[in-house]
Amino acid sequence: MFYRRAGIRHTDYRHERQLWPLPFDRYLVAVVAALLLAAPFVIERLYLVAYLLPWLIWSSAALGLNLLMGGAGQIHLGYGAVMAIGAYTSVHLVRIGAPLELAMLAGGLASALIGSIFGVAALRVKSLYLAMATIAMQYIVDFAITHIPGVSGGGQASIEVPPVRFLGLSIEGDLRTYYMALASCAVITLFMLNVGRTAFGRALAAIRERDYAAEIIGIDTFKYKLLAFWTSSFIGGVVGSVLVVCYLRSVSPDQFHLDLSVQILAMVIVGGLGSVLGSFFGAGLVLFAPIVFNNMIGFAADRSGIAISTDLRAHLPLMLYGALIIAFLVVEPLGLAKIYDNVRNYFLVWPFRTARR
Amino acid sequence: MDSGLLIELAMTGALVGAMYGLVALGIVLIYKTSGTANFAQGAIAMMGGYLTWLFAAGVGLPMWLAIPAAVAAMFCFGVLVERTVLRRMIGQPVIMVVMLTFGIELLLRGAVPGLLGSAVKRLSLGIPQAPVFLGDVLINRAYLIGGGISAALIVAAIVLFNSRAGIIMRAVSDDQGASWSVGIRVERAIAIAWGLSAVAATFAGILWGSMQGVDWSLSLLLMKALAIAILGGLDSIPGVLLAAVIVGVCESLATGILDPLVGGGTRDIVASVIIVVTLMVRPYGLFGHEQIERV
Repeated sequence: MFYRRAGIRHTDYRHERQLWPLPFDRYLVAVVAALLLAAPFVIERLYLVAYLLPWLIWSSAALGLNLLMGGAGQIHLGYGAVMAIGAYTSVHLVRIGAPLELAMLAGGLASALIGSIFGVAALRVKSLYLAMATIAMQYIVDFAITHIPGVSGGGQASIEVPPVRFLGLSIEGDLRTYYMALASCAVITLFMLNVGRTAFGRALAAIRERDYAAEIIGIDTFKYKLLAFWTSSFIGGVVGSVLVVCYLRSVSPDQFHLDLSVQILAMVIVGGLGSVLGSFFGAGLVLFAPIVFNNMIGFAADRSGIAISTDLRAHLPLMLYGALIIAFLVVEPLGLAKIYDNVRNYFLVWPFRTARR
Repeated sequence: MDSGLLIELAMTGALVGAMYGLVALGIVLIYKTSGTANFAQGAIAMMGGYLTWLFAAGVGLPMWLAIPAAVAAMFCFGVLVERTVLRRMIGQPVIMVVMLTFGIELLLRGAVPGLLGSAVKRLSLGIPQAPVFLGDVLINRAYLIGGGISAALIVAAIVLFNSRAGIIMRAVSDDQGASWSVGIRVERAIAIAWGLSAVAATFAGILWGSMQGVDWSLSLLLMKALAIAILGGLDSIPGVLLAAVIVGVCESLATGILDPLVGGGTRDIVASVIIVVTLMVRPYGLFGHEQIERV
């Protein structure tokens, strides 16, 4: 219908290697990019700041985690702590006068370094142990940030982000913060799209499928697992500093608790392990489903006259995250991205049944 | 710091540790039979505490009836979780199963306080408040009884593993395919392991609930349980008993000695530090077996 194809046939290698081999997909990407660029002039400021901006930032974080979980098949339950390290490092550097560009990179490096220390311990054994090491990391980093006054500025303190400049432009106002988040998200997305086509990405995929088999065909599994951990933590650190500079504007320890890790984990699983597009879908669903659901319940309660306890409404997001993770792992382990793919495959050669590939 | 206080802290720590060990017991049981870690164990302990409160205060049963009712209900719940959700994941990579159990943890953490109320619930077992003196060491009576019950239950689990049912479980943990071929019902063994670990968690939830009240924070037992399971070796039940005492004593001493220095809160990260240190020094724990995988 939209695609006007009778199957996908490549006539040369360059064509086959393209990111988006189908013209329709290329147009779609262009339209979405144009819409995102034009968004500040089209939609209201409230929606821009309250919905679009967090969606971009959380999607970037989900992309970073997806490199580790979907790309290399390693689990991480403490991604919020990784982002916290990046956020605090970059804020402190900016406060002592370092340029933001350097502070962001330093934040990423700090996250990668500290994250890898925990990774090294667990990667020597089975992936199961990684789950425990990373959840322990979450608690240890939380504790360190809260209890070291030099980092957090005291238990309940929050540190203001000073006015910053990025590439010569001062980052202030809704418009510029939005574009900065968009730019960083675009860079991370492009990296993630291309990493699967490099030797690094292929090595990770081999490890994900069967790490012993990967070892036998000559991939140093420990090195590549650690590299995946490093890269993913680096992205997490950079996103952490983007989150602080563009969205939160001030940093305090309670923003990076287990809740954030859980949110991003849910995004990756719901969106689809290993899928770039899925990370965006997942971030959208996980961020906005609780809000929509809460409003629906409030509306239903008003109409039917049944009082719904505040306890229930307060615990709704957590219930929803848990239910989404369970439902997707059991019913559709590849997430929303797979559902999109199924629909796309159906329409690819519509009105015929299946595409010959 | 005098030695009397140290001994007192260590004794209390050992008893508290035994109660943590009850939660860890469930993790080890499930790992031994199905080879995956159960990250929902903390929330299951919390749910056990809530159910006991519901039967005692909500339905109005006397405590001696409420506890067996809750234990029976939680056994069924454990079996049900395995039957409905976990069994569909057989053959999937381990991390999928781990994430699934983590999802169950989140769902229960939200649903149980959300439906039954998040305010702290009182759960009284009728243990008198007066402390016990052992020589000149002063010990909380609730800790003494709770620790005693927990240690007894863990020893019972060790005994169980030498009975017929235990041999079946050990066979399943050793090789699922081979157990199948000699007529062992593998699914049933795994389901029973889930039921039993829910029972162990429920006892932990009741004991802790009687001391600090029942609320969502019972699910934080997960971290202590993970630390114990890792330190003892994921596939060793005697390891649970020893590691439980070690973790409990470390935690108690850290709270007593380090808290005044760093300004509180060390109790919560002792478990995390033990996990990381164990993984660095001796990843398979004190009594665990090193796994040899075949391609």
